Amino acid sequence: MGDPSTRRRAVPPGTRGKRARLTRDSRVRYGSLMPVGVVPSRPLASRVLRRALRVADAVATPYGVDRYVELVRPSWSSTEVRAKVMAVARTTPRSVTVTLRPNGNWSGFRAGQHTQLSVEIDGMRHTRCYSMANCATAGDGLIELSITAHPHGRVSRHLRQFAERGRTVGLTSAQGTFTLPETEPGHLLLISGGSGITPVMSMLRTRCALGWENPLTFVHYALTHADMLYRDELEELARTAPGVRLVRIFTDEPGRGDLDGFLCRQQLDRAAPQWTEAEAFVCGPAPLMDSARDLFAGQGRDDHLHTESFTLTPFGAAGPVGGAVRFGVSEMGVASDGRPLLLQAEAAGLAPLSGCRMGICHTCTRQLGTGTVRDAVTGELTTGPDANIRICVSIPVGDVEIDL
Amino acid sequence: MTTVAQAHGLTDEQLDALAREFEALRAEVAAQLGADDVAYIRRLIRIQRWAEVGGRASLFLGFLPPFWLAGAAALSLSKILDNMEIGHNVLHGQYDWTKDPALSSTTFEWDSSCPAKGWQHYHNFLHHTFTNITEKDRDLGYGVIRISGESEWSPANLGNPLYALGLALIFDWGIMLHDVDLGHVRKGKKPWAEAKRSLKNGLRKSGKLAFRDYVMWPALTGPLFLSTLAADALANVVRNVWSFIIIFCGHFPNGALEFTEEECEGESKGHWYFRQILGSANISGNRLFHIMSGNLSYQIEHHLFPDIPARRYQQIAPQVREICQRYGIPYNTGRLSRQFGSVIFKIFRFALPGRSSRAIPLPQAPDRPPSELVAA
Repeated sequence: MGDPSTRRRAVPPGTRGKRARLTRDSRVRYGSLMPVGVVPSRPLASRVLRRALRVADAVATPYGVDRYVELVRPSWSSTEVRAKVMAVARTTPRSVTVTLRPNGNWSGFRAGQHTQLSVEIDGMRHTRCYSMANCATAGDGLIELSITAHPHGRVSRHLRQFAERGRTVGLTSAQGTFTLPETEPGHLLLISGGSGITPVMSMLRTRCALGWENPLTFVHYALTHADMLYRDELEELARTAPGVRLVRIFTDEPGRGDLDGFLCRQQLDRAAPQWTEAEAFVCGPAPLMDSARDLFAGQGRDDHLHTESFTLTPFGAAGPVGGAVRFGVSEMGVASDGRPLLLQAEAAGLAPLSGCRMGICHTCTRQLGTGTVRDAVTGELTTGPDANIRICVSIPVGDVEIDL
Repeated sequence: MTTVAQAHGLTDEQLDALAREFEALRAEVAAQLGADDVAYIRRLIRIQRWAEVGGRASLFLGFLPPFWLAGAAALSLSKILDNMEIGHNVLHGQYDWTKDPALSSTTFEWDSSCPAKGWQHYHNFLHHTFTNITEKDRDLGYGVIRISGESEWSPANLGNPLYALGLALIFDWGIMLHDVDLGHVRKGKKPWAEAKRSLKNGLRKSGKLAFRDYVMWPALTGPLFLSTLAADALANVVRNVWSFIIIFCGHFPNGALEFTEEECEGESKGHWYFRQILGSANISGNRLFHIMSGNLSYQIEHHLFPDIPARRYQQIAPQVREICQRYGIPYNTGRLSRQFGSVIFKIFRFALPGRSSRAIPLPQAPDRPPSELVAA
């Protein structure tokens, strides 16, 4: 069932995917002095309305007013963040860029942060993390996500194929600490691979909108020239924005980009000779991040390297699989013994609510934070984040975190 | 002692084969779940909400009899849909697979006095796991009605018919108190502290609903206060009597069997399925009837697969029936008048001492002796 990719929680949450029509917005907004991450303030009328509706919940008990208002306005909610798709663009063969208008519960984002996007496919809601790619200080209340279709990605493939204007999707508030610094560093180094371009694109656009002019090197790895997201806009910025240097690397088309091959010391020395003095932000596939970590550790510059990554959960595994089980609420961890989570939790001394212990009564339903579990009865796999599972019949497949 | 399964000529191997057949059927339906099921339940939720909005609005014109009647009818419809096809089924986790928080059994709340959490515990767990096991399934007579010859008679049972009528009128309050379970507290089987917590939650919830129905909305209609209050009360009573009828037809009609604790001790999954079928009874009817009963008219299918979306029960009923036929397990179904008639008969019969309930013949004898079965 779902997209096998999940975010690794150990690192600050991050991103994937993004972008669409190249606009000139970022250049138009040069010179803006808004602080990084400023949030669009909600119109007063909307705030008063929301307040009044909460009071009115008494006559709408037990459901609340939201459940009636959404009869006529699906993107309405007084608590949930929902958004309407305003524009859709498909600028590369495998990606789709959507522009969303979140409702009044959205409180803005900082450049580099991500949101959890929920879409419904065949009746089932799927949630994935995507980083905002647009300028964080534009103040237009819009967000832009670029999603790259992953070969096994249920959500990304669905969006690439079916995303359309007018649809309502679910979001969470912006999350993550992989963000553009509050004050301008002497040298910014932004490195990304594939769909990992989105958070650093937001950083670049925001940096330009803030009028920062210190040197910035933008290194991007794409499979091919055609696959490179935001290529036109980046090339334009490299020509016109002060201090911006662009290094394009097309790993499947040697000789076509500015440099060739994968991240290594020699390559980085050529791409950004002052990298040992830079504040670096890296987002992309695991090997890229590993190389970056090794390079920066070798220089004792770990503190100046910021990373954002995602990992793939092994998929389709059957039978007992080793792994770590983390009980998030209790802040405990155990090594999985291949039994259902309920039994493992009880063995660890926890006493979660449970009922029939055979999967029918749903008393033990809990939220799966990260990882994948297999249903002991049906063999069905469920992957987090935020999936409701019955822990009495859910066997961990690999590392999982559960809200127990 | 002969167990019920042995009396039906079923061996352990046959029960295991039965379990495999039902698991396969379950997998078949589960694989089909998708956008249609979600669209269906959302449509019903929309109908329910519009019925409520329309009903409340209509009562502002309640001084005109047709509007008063329409208002009361729309509110009755709203409450019945909310409690039966929507609330009962969502709270069973039938739509948890959608991962939509609005359809999640962990967050859903319904227009009924019993708080969802408490109801889920005693209904989803106690009742569905221990269906019709005397002493364990507290739904047998709801603690106030002697509905079976297995329970001891006492003079208080003479009031059976009156208790049943009373319970029917305030059924949602009855369910709330049923969850609190003062009976077990009195017998020292349940700590008072635990019951007190349930009682507090129950009173808070039912208080909120009563305030809404009997104070807020009547007050909003100003001079029509009493007219609106009467319509709200009528809607609650209609919902209560209807759900009482449907629910009492689930496990108490003639032919639905009870089990003892010892014969279910350490039972196999196959025996559990077997017990669910024998302890439940269906009601036949048209599509609207099934929707209004929350598809609890497919009580047998519901008890076999409590967390499969109820709209699918109608689809799998012929297969379930066919399996029952092959294994020689009676499949209890009949018109509402017949099923509820036999429940009323029992209510009167067991007001009096005695054990026999064989006044009406058992439904549907096995077509074939189970000995012809080959274990799969």
